[in-house]
Amino acid sequence: MSILKRLWKWFDDITGVSDWLVPILRHPVPPARKSAWFYVLGSATLFVFISQVVTGIALSSAYVASSARAYETLLFINGTTLGRIVRGIHYYGASAMVILIGVHAIRVYLMGAYKYPRQINWLTGAGLLLFTLLMVFTGQLLRWDQTGFWSSVIAAEQAGRTPLIGNWLGHFILAGDTVGGATLSRFFAAHVFFVPALIFLFLGFHLYLVLHNGISEPPKTGRPVDPRTYRRWYHDMLNHEGVPFWPDAAWRDAVFGLLVLATIVSLAVFLGPPALGKPPDPTIISASPRPDWYFLWYYALLSVIPKWSEDLVILLGPLAFGLALILLPLIAGRGERSPLRRPWSVVIVIVIVIIIAYYGNIGHIAPWSPRLAAQPLPVEVVGEASGPVAEGAKVFYEKGCEYCHMVAGEGGVRGPDLTYVADRLTPAQITTRIYSGAPNMPSYTNNLTHEQLTSLLAFLDSRHRRPPKPVALPANIGENNPQLIPDGSHGENK
Amino acid sequence: MTGQTALQGTPKETSRRRFLTRLSVAAGSLAAAIVALPSIGFLLGLRKAPMVWRNVGKIDDFRIGATVEVKFLDSSPMPWAGVTAETAAWLRRVDEQQFKAFSVDCTHLGCPVRWLPTADLFMCPCHGGVFYADGRVASGPPPKPLTTYPVRVENGQVQILTSPLPIT
Repeated sequence: MSILKRLWKWFDDITGVSDWLVPILRHPVPPARKSAWFYVLGSATLFVFISQVVTGIALSSAYVASSARAYETLLFINGTTLGRIVRGIHYYGASAMVILIGVHAIRVYLMGAYKYPRQINWLTGAGLLLFTLLMVFTGQLLRWDQTGFWSSVIAAEQAGRTPLIGNWLGHFILAGDTVGGATLSRFFAAHVFFVPALIFLFLGFHLYLVLHNGISEPPKTGRPVDPRTYRRWYHDMLNHEGVPFWPDAAWRDAVFGLLVLATIVSLAVFLGPPALGKPPDPTIISASPRPDWYFLWYYALLSVIPKWSEDLVILLGPLAFGLALILLPLIAGRGERSPLRRPWSVVIVIVIVIIIAYYGNIGHIAPWSPRLAAQPLPVEVVGEASGPVAEGAKVFYEKGCEYCHMVAGEGGVRGPDLTYVADRLTPAQITTRIYSGAPNMPSYTNNLTHEQLTSLLAFLDSRHRRPPKPVALPANIGENNPQLIPDGSHGENK
Repeated sequence: MTGQTALQGTPKETSRRRFLTRLSVAAGSLAAAIVALPSIGFLLGLRKAPMVWRNVGKIDDFRIGATVEVKFLDSSPMPWAGVTAETAAWLRRVDEQQFKAFSVDCTHLGCPVRWLPTADLFMCPCHGGVFYADGRVASGPPPKPLTTYPVRVENGQVQILTSPLPIT
């Protein structure tokens, strides 16, 4: 016998590892046939999580979680090729975690695999989804640049909406009266120790349950789950048709896992990690905080919901969603599993995906409210270089109108496009609007002098569709036929 | 005795085992508590920082009617707070002796608001909040006017009272 085999035999005799390891590897699983590739999502999430732990440990060896020093250690990590690659793997891995856990949850939901006897699998999964979201949020913050810093304030403010304990909760999150020395350490402890510990706990139980109850077979219409008979039926089915998990089913997990990790590493190598913004100086007022892409939809949602509903959305929204996740296996734990017999499940998934995609896109167009980087309108757009219209264009910019209103493609998108406003509104109507404001527009009663208003109106009243340009005539045609020369009084030829 | 009888035990052994079970559970709970309670207490304990008056400039440095950004040190910042130890505020000199100081935190969700001097408005870059010069909400989602910091003039120095971050 070779020396390795002898070593293994000695080890196994003392520890008995193969007694439990081999049955796990070889345990029978239902043949998935056409649905086989749907089953790789859970393991892919697990592999990415392990990748996050590994790259996270690597990063934590160089990162100092001090409010004062973190930024410099990030510059240090970013200064080497391998540092950038590891940062990149960790960043794209985070995005992959969100995507994979979402698709995995949708797959399990659509296939009714949350029903008996896998209800607690679903519950632990819901917990893991919550922890993943906590991880990506605290993780973005650890990138302790301008956006990371202000994200901590925004988190505290949202928590502050909680009735009764809101103020205390907000300051608890910040670890003090203001963002200071202790704030970053708190988020670091949460991101590196506390939440991962919870994840390991829930994940262990989640995986144990998969083994204990067996992975769900693909659903079939006309085969509803009956708790009284399911386990025996499942057992019999495995006896007749089961294939060993390793390697008959596991090879797909391995191949897909490799594909996912290869994608993440390629992104890290070719695109690089996210750029570091300015240092987390609270006195830099020109910050434009943005969450990472997976929260953009929520960020956009908070901008468009009516004011009165804000507390409800911020507090009750997540609570309602969490409650729905918890109640699902408890009230719908039996019956048909196939999505073909559960059309509402398909509708719900489609609606959720559409909402997230739609608002995510809106959030992506940011800065959209207001677009503080807008530049004064160029002369070609205004039409004149001096005079009341040009003065009005200046007022239009200086009073901040352009930050929310677009003219000829320049400006913000919050308010209506004013390129051709004179076609729609009379000067009296425009004046009324400027003076009275709107729920999303300030009232300029006290902010405009009479001259400023007059110029502004001159400018806005010039914003109408220009008549079509006259055809270019030969140069000498006016000599014999003066009536053919077009009237250039609108200054279009300038 | 057979194994089965040894496990079931006589009434005396059973009551002894009941006692030992309770003792073990109590000991384990106590051990967990004496570690967990101080740890959780430390985590939850917030140190209330005393509010102190900080100088932000000489009174003559500020033009009447102008709103400018000022920076000041938080009350008792930790030595490792570094660049985050400062707080910014918008300071306006109202007249000879009177000042008004606004927190830069938008009352919606805390993003820093910018002062637009030509428009006489504060604008928040995050969700569209706009405030008038006096801090009232002009438009957008903020629920309350901008928070003001207490400000005074002492010996020719303008001072702002360091305050906790305003949480709605």
